[in-house]
Amino acid sequence: MSDDAQEIIGDYKYGFHDPENSTIRFDKGLSEQVVRDISELKNEPQWMTDIRVKAYRHFVERVMPEWGNCSLLNMIDFENVTYFLRSSNKTENSWDDVPDDIKNTFDRLGIPEAEQKWLGGVTAQYESEAVYHSIREDLEEQGVIFLDMDSGLKQYPEIVKKYFGTVIPHSDNKFSALNTAVWSGGSFLYIPKGVHVEMPVQAYFRINAKNMGQFERTLIIADEGSSVHYVEGCTAPSYSTDSLHSAVVELIAMDGAKIRYSTVQNWSSNVYNLVTKRAIAYRNATVEWVDGNIGSKLTMKYPSVLLKGEGAHAEVISVAYAGKGQHQDTGAKVHHLAPNTTSNILSKSISKGGGRSSYRGLLQVTPKSTGCRSKVVCDALILDEDSRSDTYPTMEIGNSTADLEHEASVSKVSNDQLFYLMSRGFNEEEAMGLIVNGFFEPFTRELPMEYAVELNKLLELEMEGSIG
Amino acid sequence: MLADEILRVENLYVSVEGTPIIKGLSLTIHRGEIHAIMGRNGAGKSTLANVVMGHPAYEITSGNIFFKGEPLENLEVFQRARAGMFLSFQYPAAIPGVQVGTFLKKSVASVRDDPPKGRAFRKELTAAMEKLSMDKSFLSRYVNDGFSGGEKKRLEILQMLLLQPHLALLDETDSGLDIDALRIVAQGINEVAADSACLIITHYQRLLDLVKPHYVHAMIDGTIVRTGGPELALELEDRGYDWLEVTA
Repeated sequence: MSDDAQEIIGDYKYGFHDPENSTIRFDKGLSEQVVRDISELKNEPQWMTDIRVKAYRHFVERVMPEWGNCSLLNMIDFENVTYFLRSSNKTENSWDDVPDDIKNTFDRLGIPEAEQKWLGGVTAQYESEAVYHSIREDLEEQGVIFLDMDSGLKQYPEIVKKYFGTVIPHSDNKFSALNTAVWSGGSFLYIPKGVHVEMPVQAYFRINAKNMGQFERTLIIADEGSSVHYVEGCTAPSYSTDSLHSAVVELIAMDGAKIRYSTVQNWSSNVYNLVTKRAIAYRNATVEWVDGNIGSKLTMKYPSVLLKGEGAHAEVISVAYAGKGQHQDTGAKVHHLAPNTTSNILSKSISKGGGRSSYRGLLQVTPKSTGCRSKVVCDALILDEDSRSDTYPTMEIGNSTADLEHEASVSKVSNDQLFYLMSRGFNEEEAMGLIVNGFFEPFTRELPMEYAVELNKLLELEMEGSIG
Repeated sequence: MLADEILRVENLYVSVEGTPIIKGLSLTIHRGEIHAIMGRNGAGKSTLANVVMGHPAYEITSGNIFFKGEPLENLEVFQRARAGMFLSFQYPAAIPGVQVGTFLKKSVASVRDDPPKGRAFRKELTAAMEKLSMDKSFLSRYVNDGFSGGEKKRLEILQMLLLQPHLALLDETDSGLDIDALRIVAQGINEVAADSACLIITHYQRLLDLVKPHYVHAMIDGTIVRTGGPELALELEDRGYDWLEVTA
């Protein structure tokens, strides 16, 4: 295999794929009819069909973002994407009923073992719809609802209708419009008042079909005084033609509620990963985004929090790894819309082999929001001369009582560090792996153990075969 | 070669960025021997330790280095470590985010032929840390990150105890240590030195009161100008180096 091919396919542990075994697959391309067909096939209520159509019309008219990476964005061929694919006929309730090839894929990701150990529940999204879903009985008894989004719409239409698109309206940006028009799958999670979910609730997503867009839609509502940790893992097989992933994730933390949303996304290097994630935090609520981005061709993702109630708190911890031919344009946005709201943003990025990572952040404090505090720390590590790191911080501070800190650093691996580690028996790749894992450690330690282990392994793999 | 020869440096010349630092140095160390090299700042002492370990910034322009009779020139730094060479750094680098415990375990696994695993490793680690009066909390700190000078040196010696090298190069391990710490560190060195070859680089006599060298070498301007027993260290401490410069 040539070095180039190796780099494209990567030492990508999860770069396998099963033969496509789709029951229903739409032709490529998007039209109002395709949008209506998706809705009809899912037997959706008319109001959802209307939202989809409206969003589609907005998508057609809406221009591309004029920032991030315009040349890559403009290369997306929306007519060459399949917008709906159903890979098994129904949502399964038991692991035994899941088709073998799909099960095989998940086995290789280790999901069933993980579930046995400590998972609160699993919704595994295989292509467009969840094929496997389970939830621990004690959660059900507490009134926790954890469903794939399609089932959520069927079983709890009144909740979905009330909150869907209230955090991220379809008109927010071109890709939120696209997602709203063609969404399929994703998670629907509702935590009743005062319920504390102790175990992380977890879902995995994969893209398995060539040129298959994945447009999952996630809605999480934590009612007053409740708390939950939702974990989403993402891996994708490698393909030579481009895939489009454009998700929308909406979180609502009511008064005194706490939501932590942890993601490690590991896309193959042909995927466009254009995700809109936003949360609303009401009075004394806390929202934490823990967001890791590895791989993809272009990721544009800026987890956001609207601090709407007094005393609300936002925490955004993110890492990005940009390898050869990859651009990670990531960051965070926090809007201090109420007094005495606080936020911490920690962003760490690594660029290697000509990769590019950009931090793009927005910090807003409105004039009426007195007594706000915010700390932003951005650290970039550049592993070679060909790679690049940029920072685009924006601050809109309308209140002079705000207490703000901003730190940014760009560093390189020092020869002293390498020599020291090599004198302890580590070869150069192992030494780099240690340094890189150490750099991401403030992020990794926030993850559930198995994610932390997987992330460290992935980073070590990324260091292999690329030095010297 | 004697059966117990560990390190042999033959008429070595070393440059850094074109500037000659070591100029015709020869030295042989056998198993069970402790050698001390003393000299002023800039004499080339640290360069010698670094070049033996394989630091890429140093260029050997002439001469040879042998480890157990084999030439070192084609061995990379990590291969030297795996072959049984160890350098205790004057200024060990910090590796933020990497916990000491993880680091030690991985290092021992790469260096030792039959590394202890699981409980055996923990037992050995605990025993070594007790010898050096190191608290368990060390293990969850990041390698050398925010460490005091004394803490860094202790961690170096801890690594030496665990890696069990055949050749230990100690580059100013005594600097920055108070007398209690020095005693503890010296104890660690004596333990390793009993069964390996040891090269101590120092400015001061005080470590040599606690770790008795078999040979003391005075180094001036990149070469060894005089070799003696422990009494030479006392004389150097007393008289300085000027008198040697005249005779050199």
